Amino acid sequence: MVPMVMRVLRILAGLAILLALGAGAFVAYAWHSAIDPVEPPDRAGFDPALVSRGAELATVGNCNVCHTAPGGEPFTGGLGIPTPFGTIYSTNITPDPETGIGRWSEEAFIRAMRKGVDREGRHLYPAFPYDHYTLVSDEDNRALYAFLMTRKPVAATPPANELSFPFNMRVLLAGWKALYFREGPFQPEPNRPEEWNRGRYLVEGLSHCGACHTPRNRLGAEKQDEYFAGAEVENWTVYAINASSPAPVPWNADSLAFYLRHGWHEHHGASRGSMAPVTANLGSVSEADVKAIAAYVADVMGSPGQERLTRGEAAVAAARKEAEAPLAMRANTAGNAIGEAIFLGACQGCHDGRRPVPFGGLNFHLSSAVNAPNPQNIINVALFGLPAAKGEPSAIMPAYRSVLSEDQLVALLDYMRDRFTDQPAWTDTRERVRATMNGEREVPIYRMDGTTQAPPETSMRTAPWP
Amino acid sequence: MAVTLTVNGASRQVDADPETPLLYVLRDHLELNGAKYGCGIGQCGACTVIVDGEAVLSCVTPLLLLEGRKVTTIEGLGTLEKPGPIQQAFIEEQAAQCGYCIPGMMMRAQALLQADPSASEATIRAHLEPNLCRCGTHMRIIKAVMRAGELMRQNSQSGGAT
Repeated sequence: MVPMVMRVLRILAGLAILLALGAGAFVAYAWHSAIDPVEPPDRAGFDPALVSRGAELATVGNCNVCHTAPGGEPFTGGLGIPTPFGTIYSTNITPDPETGIGRWSEEAFIRAMRKGVDREGRHLYPAFPYDHYTLVSDEDNRALYAFLMTRKPVAATPPANELSFPFNMRVLLAGWKALYFREGPFQPEPNRPEEWNRGRYLVEGLSHCGACHTPRNRLGAEKQDEYFAGAEVENWTVYAINASSPAPVPWNADSLAFYLRHGWHEHHGASRGSMAPVTANLGSVSEADVKAIAAYVADVMGSPGQERLTRGEAAVAAARKEAEAPLAMRANTAGNAIGEAIFLGACQGCHDGRRPVPFGGLNFHLSSAVNAPNPQNIINVALFGLPAAKGEPSAIMPAYRSVLSEDQLVALLDYMRDRFTDQPAWTDTRERVRATMNGEREVPIYRMDGTTQAPPETSMRTAPWP
Repeated sequence: MAVTLTVNGASRQVDADPETPLLYVLRDHLELNGAKYGCGIGQCGACTVIVDGEAVLSCVTPLLLLEGRKVTTIEGLGTLEKPGPIQQAFIEEQAAQCGYCIPGMMMRAQALLQADPSASEATIRAHLEPNLCRCGTHMRIIKAVMRAGELMRQNSQSGGAT
């Protein structure tokens, strides 16, 4: 008996030592020292060329989109970012010494980007997408630092995060990082073309496309085995941008580059939701970088097979036919007279394809939205419309929330799905319509022009008015 | 298809194709010519009317969506002899040049002032954004809407109708 007890005790002691060692290793891994505050650096001390490169990188990184609250000053933070764990508020990244990053050294800034740790050594929530920013090179981080530290310092403190226990304990983020975070910087693949590597560096790094386009697991990490498979963010459906893209006309590097730069494409329509500020930003950066992004994403999508190409051609042909004979658009689909009448009276006038995109609406034969796994984006646009860009021509759409009933919108969506796709009917249309109409699903509406950057060139007309 | 709707307080039955734009119903069937045809695709605001308290573009709103709803047009806001506050204010400020956009401007402004007669100039500017005026009388239009807000506040203090 005694040896048995001894053995159990010995095992327990061994386990305890292992646990203690593990905890010690975890603490060592989790702990980051504070980096001393510095006197806010002199703005004139930064090389203007470095600052302007940083400006462009910040635009590619969409820093302004999250770090600016609606109607707030650029980069002062305060935007609430909804997550399944609660709301996280973006921080003030102007060089204000008290409320911003004015006392951050370049070293502290680079560490935040590379390791997701603030100046004081606290783990940051991955709402700040350091799982992507970790790939950014030191050189680019120095440019970003120079850009941010030469902005106007603005005193602004964001609201405190609203996270439930235990997610309000930052130390847990060390565990999250151990599971999901792989530290950069980016390693190019030497046997791939330079443009592909540049594109991948931007897409995976600063542009953090996967933050929206890749679905997340229950702990909020991107599912690497569902890379770019599409998701739902802020109650907008984010389309798959891999082989399962719902676009009727397959994307290619050229159409992607045009879309990203202009915010619309004749075969794909206009960007909206939180993609609108992204394309607005990409409209003002170097064309070579946008082309590199497009080349990489097109490679991820893969080249479409003959069947998909044929389907795309058929969609373009169907759209063209309706543009030539819009009055013959009455299709009398499945006896859905209400959906059809609403479509003919409210939608067809713009969406018949007679006026070129973006000022005319996209013909739905070409629409990713009607081919998407759910009708959420059409619900959002039908109810809330597309607001005009400030002081610029842009795609617009009137809001129908004050005249559409739940039944009517459901009928319209059923009609559109039935008429413009070969896909099975959506199954959750009514639930989504109801939740969006009663505000349970909150839908942020973005203007085309983002918040701080030059508006996209949506004023470009591809064809004269008919 | 017969649709029953309330227009300027009176119940009206209209027999027309269900997809017929409300604008055509108003002008052709009900002979209310205040709302104007501008662009026909919901981009200029000349056809704006009020439906259940909200500004709506009547050129892209099909008749069947109006079943049982309350539509107000510029004709419903007052008469030549007794103009409503928004009409009075536009006359006093001489806010029209060619006048084609004005009924739409008035209806969208009316929808705002009904909800908030103390709307600020910034709110008015933002609210009128969807309505275009090619003559460029925006400054007077904004002044007129501010004045209309004042008139409505005076009326409600003196117990009059807004």
